[in-house]
Amino acid sequence: MSRFETVIGIEVHVELSTNTKMFCGCSNRFGAPPNTNTCPVCLGLPGSLPVVNEQAVRDAMKIGIALNCEVARSCLFHRKNYFYPDMPKDFQISQYDEPICFGGYLDVEGGRVGITRAHMEEDTGKSTHIGEGGRIHDATHSLIDYNRAGVPLIEIVSEPDITGPAHARAYATELRNVLRSLSVSDVKMEEGSMRCDANISLREPGGEFGTKVEIKNMNSLRSLQKALEYEEARQAELLESGKSVTQETRHWNEADGETHSMRSKEEAFDYRYFPEPDLVPQAPPLSLIEEIRSSMPELPASRRARLAEDWALTDQQIFTLTSVDGLLDLVSDAVERGTDPVTATNWATGDVLAKLKTDGVDADQSGLNGHKLADLCELVANGTLSTKLAKQVLITVMETGKGPGEVVEEEGLAQVSDESELAAIAEKIVNDNPGEAERYRAGEEKLLGFFVGQAMKATRGKGNPQALNELFRSKLSE
Amino acid sequence: MAITPDDVRHVAKLARLDFDEAEVARFAKDLGDILEHASKIAELDLADVEPTAHPIKLENVWRPDELRPSLTPEQALANAPAAEEQKFRVPRILEVEEVGE
Ligand SMILES: [Zn+2]
Repeated sequence: MSRFETVIGIEVHVELSTNTKMFCGCSNRFGAPPNTNTCPVCLGLPGSLPVVNEQAVRDAMKIGIALNCEVARSCLFHRKNYFYPDMPKDFQISQYDEPICFGGYLDVEGGRVGITRAHMEEDTGKSTHIGEGGRIHDATHSLIDYNRAGVPLIEIVSEPDITGPAHARAYATELRNVLRSLSVSDVKMEEGSMRCDANISLREPGGEFGTKVEIKNMNSLRSLQKALEYEEARQAELLESGKSVTQETRHWNEADGETHSMRSKEEAFDYRYFPEPDLVPQAPPLSLIEEIRSSMPELPASRRARLAEDWALTDQQIFTLTSVDGLLDLVSDAVERGTDPVTATNWATGDVLAKLKTDGVDADQSGLNGHKLADLCELVANGTLSTKLAKQVLITVMETGKGPGEVVEEEGLAQVSDESELAAIAEKIVNDNPGEAERYRAGEEKLLGFFVGQAMKATRGKGNPQALNELFRSKLSE
Repeated sequence: MAITPDDVRHVAKLARLDFDEAEVARFAKDLGDILEHASKIAELDLADVEPTAHPIKLENVWRPDELRPSLTPEQALANAPAAEEQKFRVPRILEVEEVGE
């Protein structure tokens, strides 16, 4: 542990999942063929005029309210001017000194983090660098797809309240949970619909802020933490040896686990912000703000408290249920159909989650739903399936989407509990093994396991072990 | 307010404009005159006047979140000096370099 205090602030960009872009009616669909979702507005053609998407404004307010922000009674859009081919207009429409939401906070593990602001802006196009290694500095040229240009973005800026890499990860995780609960974005870091940049500096405990470094290019919560850990150690080492930290932007490289300086060849950016003359001021009426405030969904913190209370789950189970897409819905639906919450949760956070991870799919893409999970639990509860067989059935259900009952029938997996059928099998085994039967009767009681084992073999694992135990006990004492 | 030739060169660079020395001198004078003219406003007492970003009093011009037809990629790329793989082809971007350290 170094003697320094770590100071971190995080900027998160979230792509809204509206139908259309921020300022035009082009589709906001991820993964469409290049340049199929473009028009004169998002291509920046002369004479085109932007018009604000009402849903994006509503979503921005919803996010602000969830983050305990004040919603501005009036705010502006500004032009942020810069020359880079990912923005065909040569400026990005953003908000500058009058953001729509400001002054909030988010409570996360490790302590409350202040939210400076949440503002609206538009995303840029996507460039591909052609040439050796696909890296920008040894590319021969670049190709631009403007489908993403103009997609509504919300930038959420935290106060420098974050005290270390683990706290940073907890903040980003909780923020993602909140955004997911609002259904305003699919918040997938790997697809870029949620992007985190971090500012980090070190200082003597209680002293002046140190020189900060901005780090970018972290595409998972894990790499956010790892990049900050690396940077924290790098800065501590510089300071310990009497050197100073350079203010700069550094890129995280997942492959070598280090941050690398991205030195700008230009003098410092001067974005020359000025009010966007093509857009009028935004002044959300109080009635609209109240309408959104009164229709807010339940937020993760309150939902977690309710789960602990109503379902008596452990903190770890609650964390898993609320952090993995669709898992809580799965359990809720099963519970609604009468399954015990702990049983349903054990399945969901155990075998179901393991299978989802193996297959690399989300819960809603698997063949399982709450109804089928309830059926599976019922088949175990009524003795039709042993836990071992149920796990096997679960895999088939998740792969094929068939109902558990159907799988049991098709594969003949039902546990044999039928008395007469088992009795016939037991009788035959006792007759076929007179020596063992003799020894059991003479007091060698551990041979009961041998008989049950033979019966399980004869039923290919489907005999009900309790029923067989009983049967052999009574048959051998005749 | 005096505008120096260096101010003009700085603004020109930010706007990607290239001027010779005669132009730099002319714009320094012109821009200075314009600012001089505008600074007359500072003589007035405007403490109670809202800054005017828009001359017409309009707010919240919004559109519903409904799809409108986009251009075809052929139309979108029609004015592009170069295209490749249905994308706009641009020259090498020299903004930043990664320095190993
Ligand atoms: Zn468009």
